[in-house]
Amino acid sequence: MPLLLKLFFAFIQVGLFSVGGGYAAIPLIQEQIVNIHELLTIEEFSDLITVAEMTPGPISINSATFVGMRLGGIGGVLLCSLGCIIPSFCICLILAHFYYKYRSFGGVQTVLGALRPAVVALIGSAGFSILMLGLFKSDIFSASLSDFRVVEFGIFAVALFILRKFKVSAVAVILGSGVIGTLIYTVAGMV
Amino acid sequence: MQKDYKKLWPLFRAMFVLSACTFGGGFVIVSLMKKKFVEQLGWIDEDEMLDVTAITQSSPGPLPVNASVIIGYRVAGVLGSAVAVLGSILPPMIIISVISVFYDQFRTNTYIATALQVMRAGVAAVIIDVVINLAKNVCKTRRVLYIAMMCIAFVCTYLLGVSAMIIIFVCLGIGIADLLISIRKEKKKCRCS
Repeated sequence: MPLLLKLFFAFIQVGLFSVGGGYAAIPLIQEQIVNIHELLTIEEFSDLITVAEMTPGPISINSATFVGMRLGGIGGVLLCSLGCIIPSFCICLILAHFYYKYRSFGGVQTVLGALRPAVVALIGSAGFSILMLGLFKSDIFSASLSDFRVVEFGIFAVALFILRKFKVSAVAVILGSGVIGTLIYTVAGMV
Repeated sequence: MQKDYKKLWPLFRAMFVLSACTFGGGFVIVSLMKKKFVEQLGWIDEDEMLDVTAITQSSPGPLPVNASVIIGYRVAGVLGSAVAVLGSILPPMIIISVISVFYDQFRTNTYIATALQVMRAGVAAVIIDVVINLAKNVCKTRRVLYIAMMCIAFVCTYLLGVSAMIIIFVCLGIGIADLLISIRKEKKKCRCS
């Protein structure tokens, strides 16, 4: 089988079986790309994960692009990413169709009502994890007070205040905190 | 559900910008989408956004892509889905393609590392802001069951590391039980009267 076709089918499997999102996809990608098809070495693969974590976007799309670019140029990028999203596209379209067809029924509303508090908790949990990473550079279990980062805390507090008080766009807040934080560290000579 | 093809371009633009700025996993983009589509544009309501999140979390594939498919479908049908997905996957594709060429310079640049670290504080602020609003609304339902479920689910995921999938399925079970109990209650009422 030609290389690009192999990549395409490898990423269809990644897309189809990475349930739970994000980090659940990493072992799957490793199995497909490193172990089965031997398209990247394990060192290249760890480079890939580093890049994928440092850049925006879902990890599986990032890896598909990275692997595709290395092995097949722009054509590889398109084919790998396409493979990666085809399964979710089909499955979610079907789910969306049924959701909008039946969501106004009373029974469905009762069941969905129980899911909503759980989703709020999940989003909250993700938020706290990122907050701990930002303030201590570690998770809640290994954080020590000496690692506390004052600049990040200041940025977090000001950003939250601005968000609650005024209607500003989230994107502006995120990019602004990046720029201002880097400036503070640069001026303080801590970079 | 009416389809509105005039919304295709704003939809694409919104997904593109959100996706370009989403550092750190699926729930970040869900918070951003909630701010954009519920609070700013008013295209979908808050309960719907939470339902969409539950659906995206329990289907395979990257969460932002799944969410784009459903929101796109809601706004403009299948074509809307395609447009929304395109908007959300283009930024990572472009960024990674460029970076894979300049990988070594990128990894060793200290300014980039610092910016990425401080940006987390901003991302956290956005998510916490969204969560405060959402949690307030759960409390407003005044159902002890829902408030308790929210707190327990938070402890389970954040402190005990239970996977999101399990939380969703357990709560789905509770929801079905809740439905069956209310149906039974109504039947009893009918018999009495």
